[in-house]
Amino acid sequence: MLLISLALVALVVLIVSAPLRTRAAASGEEPGGRAANQREQREELEAEREAKYREIRDAELDFRTGKLSQEDYRAIDGALRTQALEILNRLDALEPAASPEPAESERREQSAPARLDG
Amino acid sequence: MAGLGFACLLLALAVCAYGICASIYGVRTGRVEFSESGRRGVYALACLLTVAFAVLEIAFLRNDFSFNTVADTSSRTTPTLYRAAAVWSSQEGSLLLWAWLLSMWASLALFLTRRRMRDIAAYATAILLGFAGFFVSLMIFYANPFKTTSPAPAEGVGLDPLLRFPTMMIHPPMLYSGYTLCTIPLAFGMGALLARRVDADWIRSIRRFAFAAWLALGVGILLGARWSYAELGWGGYWGWDAVENASLMPWLTGTAFLHSLMIQEKRGMLKVWNISLVLATGTLAIMGTFLVRSGVLNSIHAFGGATLGVPFVTLIGVLIGSSIYLVVSRRDMLRSEHRLDSLLSRESVFIANNVVLVGLCFVVFWGTYFPLISAALTGQEASVGPPWFDRYTVPLALILVLLSGIGPVIAWRRATLANARRNFIVPVGASLATLALLTGLGLAHKPLAIAMFCCAAFVFGSVGQEFYRGVRARRAMAGEAVPRALVALVRRNRRRYGGYIVHIGIAVLFVGVAASSSFQHASELGLSPGQSTRVGSYTLRYVRPTATITPRNDAAHTGSTMSLGAVIDVSRGGRHVATLTPSEGFYASQDPTQGSVGSLIGGQPVSHIANDSSFTRDVWTAIAPDMEAPALAKIVKAGNATLGPEDAIVAIGYLARAYLKNPPPAQFHFIVSPMVMWIWTGGLIVFGGGLIAIWPAPSTVRRRVTARSRARRARGMARA
Repeated sequence: MLLISLALVALVVLIVSAPLRTRAAASGEEPGGRAANQREQREELEAEREAKYREIRDAELDFRTGKLSQEDYRAIDGALRTQALEILNRLDALEPAASPEPAESERREQSAPARLDG
Repeated sequence: MAGLGFACLLLALAVCAYGICASIYGVRTGRVEFSESGRRGVYALACLLTVAFAVLEIAFLRNDFSFNTVADTSSRTTPTLYRAAAVWSSQEGSLLLWAWLLSMWASLALFLTRRRMRDIAAYATAILLGFAGFFVSLMIFYANPFKTTSPAPAEGVGLDPLLRFPTMMIHPPMLYSGYTLCTIPLAFGMGALLARRVDADWIRSIRRFAFAAWLALGVGILLGARWSYAELGWGGYWGWDAVENASLMPWLTGTAFLHSLMIQEKRGMLKVWNISLVLATGTLAIMGTFLVRSGVLNSIHAFGGATLGVPFVTLIGVLIGSSIYLVVSRRDMLRSEHRLDSLLSRESVFIANNVVLVGLCFVVFWGTYFPLISAALTGQEASVGPPWFDRYTVPLALILVLLSGIGPVIAWRRATLANARRNFIVPVGASLATLALLTGLGLAHKPLAIAMFCCAAFVFGSVGQEFYRGVRARRAMAGEAVPRALVALVRRNRRRYGGYIVHIGIAVLFVGVAASSSFQHASELGLSPGQSTRVGSYTLRYVRPTATITPRNDAAHTGSTMSLGAVIDVSRGGRHVATLTPSEGFYASQDPTQGSVGSLIGGQPVSHIANDSSFTRDVWTAIAPDMEAPALAKIVKAGNATLGPEDAIVAIGYLARAYLKNPPPAQFHFIVSPMVMWIWTGGLIVFGGGLIAIWPAPSTVRRRVTARSRARRARGMARA
């Protein structure tokens, strides 16, 4: 039991100290630096973009199921697309993600000219 | 083994302390590696508590009665599956379950948000580790699950007979999953306030956890209701018991939050409301745990642990105080970004729905804690019962069901009157048709039940219309066949249509509640074999008595020493409907003063009800045989006088035969309730709809988006 307990202590120390050891080993870099901030901003903007696309689809669904008049739908759809464009522009303004697998940081745009069939 | 488990708890406490300090230091100084280290502390905590839980589970499965909690709640004769579940039947084991589930859900939440909201996540990490540290401390200092006794007893006391029921195995894990999942949004909400970042991002990140908490709590509540109906022998599924209410309150505020968060996501409105709901839901979840663990209020669940009351009250006080402080001090940044465009909008309906849900929660809260409130104010503990709760909750439930039918047919932002009129035709028509039908059937003497049926019909009408129109629109766009269009529609709009299915489920459930409570026929009387009685339109005849002696014949794994019961013939209009065999199990007690034979059957008897269930009605029966009858009492007395503990089971055989040969009149409880099955079916529909709503969208195909395609899409959007 003592050995198992000691092994657990070692495992815990290994797990929680990993970021500190990585920081110490790469002392020339700023782990909280630009790359990490950029990645965080990109992920937040991508989440915002998906939410905006969902709103666009919701508005179209409301129109096609008779809950919105054509006039209201056009106004709401236009406003939402403008907001989506702003988000895309902010995404474009970020530096390209420097990940080893570029496809990891980019996703297929979901029905931006929103249609029920995507 | 016990040493290893306790060592895990000590290490867990140390990890919690370190993780809290590292997270806060990391976020305050901008040293991300410390925040990361704190987050990894949560992963390490999950590993340690998994080991601790495994140690306890193995002890139960191996019948290691040196563990006090194993000896107190299990035995060699307890079936393996119940033994595995017995871990959480004790105070100590349930605290370990709570902490373990918290560590697992927290690890998942922090892993999924590891690349986003670093500052919010760091504070959330500290808060979650704080909760975990609290529960680990309770185990270390007050209720140690790894406490041992030497020498170990040869046999354990066994599992409480009331808990030998399949749904009882899953009910606590589901309920505790709900409670612990409620702390995730609370932690992130507090983190957002502490980090002064109250935009929609944190809401989006915790939405699934809020939904999962709601789902788990709902399933836990329903399983508890099912257990109450099928096991407790009183024939009801909801008694407004303090512990039942404790789980309902966070579910109500969680429901409100799931709706109003959509408004914040879309419109940036209701920020103060949403953050308050999140904090209230998490706090109510902790209060619910407090109610169960402390035994402060009388309940069938009361584990009774007066020593835990003070720490819990302290934690709840800290939660409430800090929540109020954070919301008030950050109120400027919680201002809404937009105003309500129109009263005729989905936003308005959701706000009304929120008010009703919070009102319901307040009613339940007041009624639940009234004994404590009255004791504090007047020195005398007074309580309120089901009639008081029903008086206030039924009208609110009616409004809630109605609103759940209105929401789907109104657009976001604003709806025109003409559109709204057109969209209400079918639901209102369904409602009126239902009213006409039920009035024609002569049921108008139950106005509240009729009102609920009409509101449910409204919901069926409005949701059915939504599905119909959605499929029609999809077919017009994509030319698909109806089944395919339906699947594609739901797949592409999971949140919306999953939510609609949940609304259908809630309506079905409330129809079941209204019907079974308003049109129930019940009878409690004594019958001898051959006698019959009429309950509603059913005739129930006591055919003959039954008696079984276990463990020779314990197919249901009741663990009883003896079961006495009856064969009941159920008929209607002269036609045989069902044969039911209710019984009562008699269990061994630990009281030696009852004598060698008396102690074999002197424990708390447990009713094993018999129920014939269909979609239209349940025929529910329970029996309480008269063990005080002179002939039976004489056998017990004689056995006590002449037999030792090793031979006492012989007397039980005589007792059973005497009961069969000359059965005394037994007390029966008969209930005929319409549509009880609708309650469980509604619950299943809610669960299914919830799963659809929470399921991740189809995995996005990852491909490089070229500059050209981006420009093309941008032009497309700009055209609008």
